[in-house]
Amino acid sequence: MSLPLHARSLGLLAVLAASAPALAADASLLNASYDVAREFYKDFNAQFEPAWKARTGATVTINQSHGGSSKQARAVIDGLAADVVTMNQQTDIDAIAAAGLIAPDWRTRLPYGAAPYASTIVFLVRKGNPKGIHDWDDLVRDGVQLVIPNPKTSGNGRYSYLGAWAYAQEKYASAEQAQAFVGKLFHNVPVLDAGGRAATTTFAQRGIGDVLLTFESEVLQIAKEFNTTDFETVVPSLSVDADAPVAVVDRVVDKRGSRALAEAYLQALFTPDGQRLAARHYLRPRDPAILAEFRDRFAPIRLVTVDQAFGGWARAQAEHFADGGRFDQIYAGAK
Amino acid sequence: MAGTGARYVLPGFRLALGYALLYLGLIVLIPLAATFLKAFTLSWDAFWAAVASPRVLATYRLTFGAALLGAVINAVFGLLVAWVLVRYAFPGKRLVDALVDLPFALPTAVAGIALTALYAGNGWIGQYLPFKVAFTPLGVVVALTFIGLPFVVRTVQPVLEDLEHDVEEAAAVLGASRWQTFRRVIFPALAPALLTGFTMAFARAVGEYGSVIFIAGNVPMVSEITPLIIISKLEQYDYAGATAVAVVMLVLSFALLLLINLLQWWSGRRRIAA
Repeated sequence: MSLPLHARSLGLLAVLAASAPALAADASLLNASYDVAREFYKDFNAQFEPAWKARTGATVTINQSHGGSSKQARAVIDGLAADVVTMNQQTDIDAIAAAGLIAPDWRTRLPYGAAPYASTIVFLVRKGNPKGIHDWDDLVRDGVQLVIPNPKTSGNGRYSYLGAWAYAQEKYASAEQAQAFVGKLFHNVPVLDAGGRAATTTFAQRGIGDVLLTFESEVLQIAKEFNTTDFETVVPSLSVDADAPVAVVDRVVDKRGSRALAEAYLQALFTPDGQRLAARHYLRPRDPAILAEFRDRFAPIRLVTVDQAFGGWARAQAEHFADGGRFDQIYAGAK
Repeated sequence: MAGTGARYVLPGFRLALGYALLYLGLIVLIPLAATFLKAFTLSWDAFWAAVASPRVLATYRLTFGAALLGAVINAVFGLLVAWVLVRYAFPGKRLVDALVDLPFALPTAVAGIALTALYAGNGWIGQYLPFKVAFTPLGVVVALTFIGLPFVVRTVQPVLEDLEHDVEEAAAVLGASRWQTFRRVIFPALAPALLTGFTMAFARAVGEYGSVIFIAGNVPMVSEITPLIIISKLEQYDYAGATAVAVVMLVLSFALLLLINLLQWWSGRRRIAA
């Protein structure tokens, strides 16, 4: 049993086997995660716990902590002893890394930039699509009302904004024109809810707006929970790839001696079983083979990543969402 | 030592004072001091940019304006509720009395969602109103009125209960009309409690986040409240900027509360003199 430690690419089994002797004792793991991942991780833990027991003989208890992604990141920075963080935005893990709790190279330690699945921004319209919404252009028309969560407080809103910007950027030559496009789009927004779920409620239950911009996973969830015939999904020609990155919190696992377990836990997300589970929760799996299995669930859509269209999250954040950035400028002239 | 202690009815003055100071220090003073310290890590220019941008200024106007309006509404109708509860007997009075405390007990998010559901364009109440309430500044006033109500009722109620009927009878015997009795006899006795209730309702409303956020609409320059600005700054890991705005809120609130207390002290003195 002297498998080299870099055998991660060999898959979960190798790592589990190598670390098994050290982990005969029962263990626990805390996963700090974002709000709407509750259901997914509940099912994922139910899948992982027996698998771990079968392979190592040890009983593991996975504890979950959910909240707004940035709130969770701040909690970890301030001392919440989470072994792993599973967020919906790269900036949140970068912030923890900047505080020295996670090694800076976290994105290269797991496949697909350490993001096991992604979602994207699509449109939800009312039955029959009365306003004839087909693409981003239709959202800036006069008389169309949109519901988008606040980009300042929700990842959901940030991705909606970036999706609009990515579209405008391809269509128009200058950043000024793109800003005018996105500005016009946001002037059609009567309510900027603080979070994604609140926006869904505003649209679906309060009857506000003609279009809801939100994650594909959320839209498919709505189809499940509300009367599906009341709403229709519209997939734009282009949208933004909203990947959900994960990382082991190095300082915590080194202190608790839970590194092997934490790493195995995250690697299990990338196995076919983990990928399939994500797909069943309407999250686009990264593994192309598994994505193909679920092709009737996920409409084809041209996805651009934040790295491609905006030069990475750090730049997007500074240019668009920081105080005085482009998003603030949209509203600066408003009265 | 014994001499110092003998001046007080209760023993252990030093222990009690020490405990009181420690308690206040741990619970109030140190967190607030930390806020100030964090805010002062900013340069003056950065501080000013964080707290005085047009978008943030708009939130001060809405937050303090709506809190003030909510507190005024509560002062009027809270007094009425207290009056009805103390002066009249009617079936279900205990139930109504208990209802008053609900805004204290209800999680604010629940209150916010319930109010939004009621006042939205398709809600039970909202559909009959000719103007929009939910997702406008008016919605903010509604939420802040809701959470402030118990403060006024619960401060006025005991004072009203202790008010002697003899005084009113004397006023009537001396020829005062009903309105004169209320204005010259009852109201002056209630005024300090009413002002206290008003102050508490106002202070509570200024800091409120949970219930407002669902009904406000949160559109920059229109319906954003200051606590939302603080939350958005925290979301961007801008701790210093968030505390800077918090410091401005604290200073403004403190100044307003001090002003109200001075008003109370002044009116109290005037009454004694008169």
